[in-house]
Amino acid sequence: MYTRAPGWVGVWDGTRLFVTPCANSVSIDPQPAAATDRSSCQVGVGDNQPMASTVAPGEVQVEQPRAVDDFELDRPWIVIVWNDPINLMSYVTLVFQKLFGYSKEKATRLMLQVHNEGKAVVSSGTREKAEHDVSRLHAHGLWATMRQD
Amino acid sequence: MEPPRIERAPDGAVALRLPPEEQTLLRGLALELRSGLDSAPDDPSLRRLFPPAYDDEKDERAYRELAADELLDGRRESLDVLAATAANDLLSAAEADSWLRALNDLRLALGTRLDVQEDSLLERLVPDDPAASGLAVYAYLSWLQEQLVEALSP
Repeated sequence: MYTRAPGWVGVWDGTRLFVTPCANSVSIDPQPAAATDRSSCQVGVGDNQPMASTVAPGEVQVEQPRAVDDFELDRPWIVIVWNDPINLMSYVTLVFQKLFGYSKEKATRLMLQVHNEGKAVVSSGTREKAEHDVSRLHAHGLWATMRQD
Repeated sequence: MEPPRIERAPDGAVALRLPPEEQTLLRGLALELRSGLDSAPDDPSLRRLFPPAYDDEKDERAYRELAADELLDGRRESLDVLAATAANDLLSAAEADSWLRALNDLRLALGTRLDVQEDSLLERLVPDDPAASGLAVYAYLSWLQEQLVEALSP
């Protein structure tokens, strides 16, 4: 996930967009009019700190199959969200809260699991429920898939 | 530091403080993606908006048949709301929710086209790079989205 949008200021003048990171100006005009020195730019200080590598295991506990094939249909479906480079971490957390009613803590834990481990199981249940959850995640631009556990 | 463009307002509403040129930019981007969805929804840069749900091909086809139209309609609707309300001072809770999804769709489409990787933005944003203007717009949208998420976070 994209950890956090830095402190950008963009100004569109109708033809060109001028973007200012931190205190310095960067013109994106082919003939830049403004200084382009970004060396002193302290982007994301305090926000881009490496995240703790120890995250709690996924919250969603899915029932294990009871050994025999008779129970095939009882096996729950799980919904998996995969990491991607575009979705903002804060946005993913908000989507988990909004769609599943998770607490901020639980939503953040799942988001960090996606970010650090590449994926997380975010919900489970019947096939219909899983498909419903996947389509709502897709509507919010998250990369979600489902499979029978 | 610039004042925030987007702030929490009472009753789930959201206050906007966008300069006219940014309103124009947002409306233009929303209309552009909207027409892209209408004319070429299978374009590779839009594929990221419609990820597969299943590994299995047959299951995936069935999912597409069931969900594709609704997903496409939802995206059109939220982009329309963004275009129509870009010049507002205030967004209702429902409009703000549309903005949340529309800004994210714009970032997904643009980010895919620019092959954005995690946190590679600053290194790649050099003025003489042909992708610079696209990356600058992407950075701007990310900055705005971050503010909207903060305003909507419970």
